[in-house]
Amino acid sequence: MNSIPLIHFLIVSTALFFIGVYGFFTRINMITMLMSIELILNSVNINFVAFNKYLHPESNDGLFFSLFIIAIAAAEAAVAIAIIINLYRTHSTIDVEDANEMKL
Amino acid sequence: MMDASVISFYVISAFLLTFGLMAVTAKKIFRSAIWLLFSLVGIASLYFWMDLQFLAAVQIIVYIGGIVVLIIFSIFLTQDSGSALPRAIKSRKIGAALLSVFGFGIIATLLARTAFVETTTPMDVEMKTIGFKMLSLGGDGYALPFELVSILLLAAMIGCIVIAVKNIPGKP
Repeated sequence: MNSIPLIHFLIVSTALFFIGVYGFFTRINMITMLMSIELILNSVNINFVAFNKYLHPESNDGLFFSLFIIAIAAAEAAVAIAIIINLYRTHSTIDVEDANEMKL
Repeated sequence: MMDASVISFYVISAFLLTFGLMAVTAKKIFRSAIWLLFSLVGIASLYFWMDLQFLAAVQIIVYIGGIVVLIIFSIFLTQDSGSALPRAIKSRKIGAALLSVFGFGIIATLLARTAFVETTTPMDVEMKTIGFKMLSLGGDGYALPFELVSILLLAAMIGCIVIAVKNIPGKP
């Protein structure tokens, strides 16, 4: 089972995290930015579970943290999409470049 | 000595990273959402590979059945999904790529220099254990966060309705 060293999991999750960071900085559309945030949250979940499994298998804390992160990510995505739809109704666009009315 | 489980780990990792990269670089928004779906399936299969069946099931139900479907619906509501997305500014693209590559390099070097003390004890991931711990009030139970998350989900649901409801002029 432990034929794969822990570091390979960590490399995979780091790569996924920076793929999400790249998408977050380059995208202009808010829905695609939200997708990048989901990738970042998932990379964190992989880390929690891998550390739990390889370093402290006597407890289940990493597994529970991942479960709660998934629940909070669902709430976050729902609120974000409600805000995006509201913005689309008033401005007919969901590009971050056009949502600048609160700027000084 | 490459056995099937080792090979499948690398195949799953390559799968989820490739589709993740395609999700953040796709030209059309609907394809981007579909590639995100494949990437999340890859993460769920990574959990299956680690023998965490419950977490993999939650990942499939919440992410693939919930969040991706929500994202696809909001694309249909707000976007002309057949047309290409606006292109990112070139300097920003280069900056983000440099940041990602160097950040990955720094963290990978730090990880390679750290000695982790790995154990081979199997984890107790019985559904029964997870259920008891989730509702236990003891020192290692998760009853309080469980209740807090239920309040959070209720608050998020009410908040979504309040934010997204259509204001009809003349009605309170």
